[in-house]
Amino acid sequence: MAETLVYKRPESLLKDGHFTFCPGCGHGVVLKIIAELIDEFNLQKDTIAISSVGCSIFLEKFFNLDVAGASHGRSPCVATGVKRCKPDKFVFTYQGDGDAATIGFNETIHTACRGEHISMIMINNTNFGMTGGQASATTLVGQVTTTTPKGRKAELTGYPLHAAEIVAKCDGTAYCARVAITDSKNIRQAKAAIKKAFEAQLNGLGFGFVEVLAACPTNWHMTPVESVKHIEEVTEKIHCLGVFKDVTVQEKV
Amino acid sequence: MKDVSVIISGFGGQGALFAGILLCHAAVVEGKHTTWFPSYGAEMRGGAVNCCVNISDKEIPSPVVDTVDVVIALNDASQKKFENKVKKGGFMILNSSLSHIPTTRNDISYIKLPLNDLAQKLLQPAFINVMALGAFIEKTSALKLESVIESMKEMSKTVSAKKAALLPNNIESLNFGAELIRNQAVVV
Amino acid sequence: MAKVLVKGNEAIAQAAINAGCQCYFGYPITPQSEIGEYMGAHLPEMGRNFITAESELASINMVIGAGTTGTKAMTSSSSCGIALMQEAISAMCCAEVPGVIVSVMRGGPGLGNIAPAQGDYFQAVKGGGNGDYKTIVLSPSTVQEAIDLTYRAFYLSLKYRNPVMLLADGLLGQMMEPADFGEYPYKDPDVSTWALNGADNRPARNIVSLHMPEGELEQLSNRIFEKYEKIKKEETTYEGFMLEDAKLVLTAFGTVGRIAKSAVLKARGEGMKVGLFRPVTLFPFPEKQLNDVAKNADMVLDLELNQGQMLLDVRSSVFGACPVEFYGRSGGGMLTPDMIFEKVKELYAAINKTKVGVK
Repeated sequence: MAETLVYKRPESLLKDGHFTFCPGCGHGVVLKIIAELIDEFNLQKDTIAISSVGCSIFLEKFFNLDVAGASHGRSPCVATGVKRCKPDKFVFTYQGDGDAATIGFNETIHTACRGEHISMIMINNTNFGMTGGQASATTLVGQVTTTTPKGRKAELTGYPLHAAEIVAKCDGTAYCARVAITDSKNIRQAKAAIKKAFEAQLNGLGFGFVEVLAACPTNWHMTPVESVKHIEEVTEKIHCLGVFKDVTVQEKV
Repeated sequence: MKDVSVIISGFGGQGALFAGILLCHAAVVEGKHTTWFPSYGAEMRGGAVNCCVNISDKEIPSPVVDTVDVVIALNDASQKKFENKVKKGGFMILNSSLSHIPTTRNDISYIKLPLNDLAQKLLQPAFINVMALGAFIEKTSALKLESVIESMKEMSKTVSAKKAALLPNNIESLNFGAELIRNQAVVV
Repeated sequence: MAKVLVKGNEAIAQAAINAGCQCYFGYPITPQSEIGEYMGAHLPEMGRNFITAESELASINMVIGAGTTGTKAMTSSSSCGIALMQEAISAMCCAEVPGVIVSVMRGGPGLGNIAPAQGDYFQAVKGGGNGDYKTIVLSPSTVQEAIDLTYRAFYLSLKYRNPVMLLADGLLGQMMEPADFGEYPYKDPDVSTWALNGADNRPARNIVSLHMPEGELEQLSNRIFEKYEKIKKEETTYEGFMLEDAKLVLTAFGTVGRIAKSAVLKARGEGMKVGLFRPVTLFPFPEKQLNDVAKNADMVLDLELNQGQMLLDVRSSVFGACPVEFYGRSGGGMLTPDMIFEKVKELYAAINKTKVGVK
């Protein structure tokens, strides 16, 4: 009986590039989605990925793609430099909330306003994961982190930053969404959103941004299952899912 | 030719910096070595500005000089600020329309020109910075007047049509400034 | 080509264009804003890239992006703006990313003032960024040299895959003098062996500055320091002026070098054996060359528009061959030929007195 191939490891992932993330972490899921999409678009030979600082840093260990590193928060700038020099290449950044929404939010906004033809994927797990779970700009009010041991207090440190909603307001943004990867349905939707963001670049429409709500079980001190439940029941109430801008839809209207 | 150094000073808008650039440009036309450097405040308009120009047949090591042969002071503040910068035996061109303060040195000479008043007689708008430059050239023979006119023509090719249209005014101002010295129609 | 009258800042910008600079990323700051203005007026119409970035942090990181593709790119700024770029400059040295940074110094510390100064020698040469690294630093003293060294900066940056800083001061940036642009005189090295352009029929490449595996960073550090040794050997340049019989040797960089030249001429006019040693490359510093000169001199006088920064390199180069004195002004104060001449006269008299005493 002939075997039918139902799943193949994406070419855009290195053969021995095993993910090194904590159990239940969302990074592996999103990186795989990205690799699958790059394969689907046949972009592997034309892609330059821009890594960032945090758990999102080791792209070159996983991707079979050219990778340029960036300092904390500056990935959109490095991506801008690459894309302006190689406009026919596919350029995306992969960042976390401590990087893209905290130290680098200025760069995020300006890159969106310039309408750079790059795609930006921001994993939002509402804390600085790699450095041990400190509060970031997107940390929820009441969330316990190592720098807010009694929970984030709005009167002391204000309110969580809603990256996708703000990026959507920038005129140069062509596509902007917030997705979650809590179940298969959501993962499919996340892939569809990232695909849209990639298409915005490939079709020359402008800046694409996808914020992905992801779990950080280790720093949240939860099991992977509890973490998923936490995203569904708590995080999504504050960082609401949705497509905040899609110029392809608006054009049709 | 002897080396010449000059400071041109005034308030922003009087064209002190431009007069210096024009002078430099004319020096290049004559194949001479020259340097120009400006000094100004943080204001975009109305602050005190000055530039220092050196012209020489030899390479100019330092653009910064302790004293100069000539100071062109387009207002009283400039007169006060740079009177002591003039070398012994040098001279100052003063704009007596705007400066009424007494002069304090007897080892230099002064050429007092009521530039703003005289400008009224010329094709409008007339330029007091260029008038002063004409006087300077005539007095020092540092360069030929024609070189300055050639520079003006060259520079008018690179500016807006509106500015380029003022070329005749500039030439008249320059020649008039030179004539003031030639005719000795001024208090020296 | 004939000489044209050109402002220092604009000369640097035009030279960068001639050198094939494809991208300028910058953020305005006095006294170098003309560089960005010139680039903004010319690059887009040439089909090249110009972005007024959101900050100096962004500018230099855009340069990194361009540099990783092997494309010639430049940013420019002044003192406090250059301070913001230090993290990225360190990263460029580590990841071996080329790029040209023009630093037109103003008065400091802090926001300081907009007067010419040389307070950023340490920032440029010793590096304000983290870790063990060296930036190649070129120091022009005339508008002509600003052009020539801008050409050289682009070349060296690609040749060594290292950031190169052109360190000028506000005086050179703002002054005008005639200069000849000529043509970009270098043949650039092939970048295809390392530049990022997609993993097409080759293994994927990465240009990053994080090296966690044990021993990897040390190995990298040793390798880039071997590179710096090569740079020292092959790229060190300086200007010597009337050094042959000089008993008192002046050291100065940038525009102070040319101001000192006027003082040297004046001193020579009065029979004093004075000369000038002006480093053109600040890293690599002409250590051996200065030491050779100092061995034949009675004294070295270091002149700077700061409280004594290059002085440390001068002292370590002289290495006790003769006494080293310092004379400087800071915070935007300018050294003039007469000020230097007076100091020279004083020290020259002291040298002779000591000699008489010995006899």
